[in-house]
Amino acid sequence: MWTFIKKEFFHIFRDYRSMIILFGIPVIQVLLFGFAITNDVNNAKVAVLDHSKDPVTREITQKILSSNYFQLQQYLKSDNEIKPAFRKGNIKEVIVFEPHFAQKLNTEGKAHIQLILDATNPNTASILNNYTNGIINTYTLEKMKKENKLPTELNIHTTMMYNPELKSAFMFVPGIMTVILMLVSAMMTSISITREKELGTMEALLVSPVKPQVIILGKVTPYVALSSVIFVIIVALSRFVFGMPIRGSLLLLFGESLLFLIMALSLGILISTVSKSQQQAMLLSMFVLMMPTILLSGFIFPIENMPLFLQYLSDLMPGKWFIIIIKNIMLKGNGIEYFWKDTIIIIVMTLFFLGVSIKKFNVRLEPSSKKK
Amino acid sequence: MSEKIIEVKDLVKKFGNFVANDHLTFDVNRGEIFGFLGANGAGKTTAIKILTGLSKPTSGDVQVAGVNVSKYPERVKKKIGYMNQSFSLYDDMTVRENFRFYGGIYGLSKAEIKERTKHFLTKLNMEAYGNRMLKSIPLGWKQKLAFSVANIHNPGVIFLDEPTGGVDPITRRQFWELIYEAADRGTTVFVTTHYMDEAEYCERVCILSEGKIKALDTPVKLKQDFNTTNMNDVFLKLARNVE
Repeated sequence: MWTFIKKEFFHIFRDYRSMIILFGIPVIQVLLFGFAITNDVNNAKVAVLDHSKDPVTREITQKILSSNYFQLQQYLKSDNEIKPAFRKGNIKEVIVFEPHFAQKLNTEGKAHIQLILDATNPNTASILNNYTNGIINTYTLEKMKKENKLPTELNIHTTMMYNPELKSAFMFVPGIMTVILMLVSAMMTSISITREKELGTMEALLVSPVKPQVIILGKVTPYVALSSVIFVIIVALSRFVFGMPIRGSLLLLFGESLLFLIMALSLGILISTVSKSQQQAMLLSMFVLMMPTILLSGFIFPIENMPLFLQYLSDLMPGKWFIIIIKNIMLKGNGIEYFWKDTIIIIVMTLFFLGVSIKKFNVRLEPSSKKK
Repeated sequence: MSEKIIEVKDLVKKFGNFVANDHLTFDVNRGEIFGFLGANGAGKTTAIKILTGLSKPTSGDVQVAGVNVSKYPERVKKKIGYMNQSFSLYDDMTVRENFRFYGGIYGLSKAEIKERTKHFLTKLNMEAYGNRMLKSIPLGWKQKLAFSVANIHNPGVIFLDEPTGGVDPITRRQFWELIYEAADRGTTVFVTTHYMDEAEYCERVCILSEGKIKALDTPVKLKQDFNTTNMNDVFLKLARNVE
């Protein structure tokens, strides 16, 4: 057994390219996802078309621009300039005040502001729309208060639980962890097993008195160790670079992750039993594991918004349950009593994959002997 | 007649409708060099997989080193050595590490592995290469190393599945000297090949075609029977009969 583990480490550490990939990918992915893929909108460029240019419009403009969300790109002079301004591409929003704004507000009690948004990115557009509306509403309320026009006062206090600053990183990090652990564990094991098949060494091992289970265990153990190291790196990065809290028990987090690792590894074994070459193993891992995990696990797209069929499909994604568990531990600080069901689902999946791959591993020698 | 180490009776192996081995019956004596010849697809590899316990026969009786292989595949594994075309060595480990790994697999003690490794390296004149990575070693040497590694646990029978693929005739000749040495020590050598010059080196050869045994005798006798001077012609004549 130990002989096997030692041998596997030789393979891993002497292949410096895989080493770079093994440790480089997680770090780069975490940083990329954490920084680049974000739903937060900061410094969106806006243009202002002020037909009125009175103290009120100036005050509102000032309010909007003083928030972090917006940055003034230019003042427009006429309606004709709106379309060209959008076409240039960097302006996300144009704020239009009607003529005689302050005057109308005083005499008629109402005035119009028009918001025109670039909806090529619908998400950003609606976020910007909400921000602007929010700021204008606050302004109106304050103004009414000052003038004692407010009949009743409604105060809304909003508390954003678990993620008060609404950081996207908090949402992405659990997802990235899941994807990376899946990638490293499943892909690496499946590749390393198929490599031995390709080289013909697997045959020599199977002819030897060593039991197939020991061969597999020996091959997988080093990857458990490696993936655990990678997991620690990811947790450290998310903690210290993105300020992701770990409110629950660290031990529980590691325990659950180890379970998920073993699940991914057994998937890797399963993939290796059905694929004939390293390339095939890699493609299978990519398309069968990576894509569905990214798309269906609730990592990027909320599961609740999916069609019912996809919702059921997402139940089959081990990643979905692991993300729930991680969020519970890291963000909510919950204990096992809140997610023992999800844990059991992963355990059942692990046993299932292990069982199938052991069965496959035993029979797979038969058809392969047909080649000659 | 000396003691039989491999006894095969009516071995049949089917994959669906395809019959890979069709009622094979043959014996191999202890210390014999037994050649298993045939074109690609003749069923050589299938038979060797059954003999080494990797694959179960559809029917028939297979005894290797006194063990019923289809019943107790695990028991036979300790008694046999195996080497295939791809040599089964690891390129990213040193020569010594390869010996250590396979020695470990066959349950040899550290001292035994050390002693055996030294023995083989001395015999092959490769003491200086013990700590070299296997990938930096020429193919012909790798082949000899692979043969030594397959012999590390002193098996009674060693199975060589097309061991000399891709090397030049001189290297092949040297490799056969190793085989002779092993046979002299009493190791039975079961070798598959499609090189007819190699067939001449065997004590007895068994020619397989379409899953059936077409001929089984000493190379000298076969040449007489087919009235030719070399094994190549024997093989061609047999192949023509098939068509």
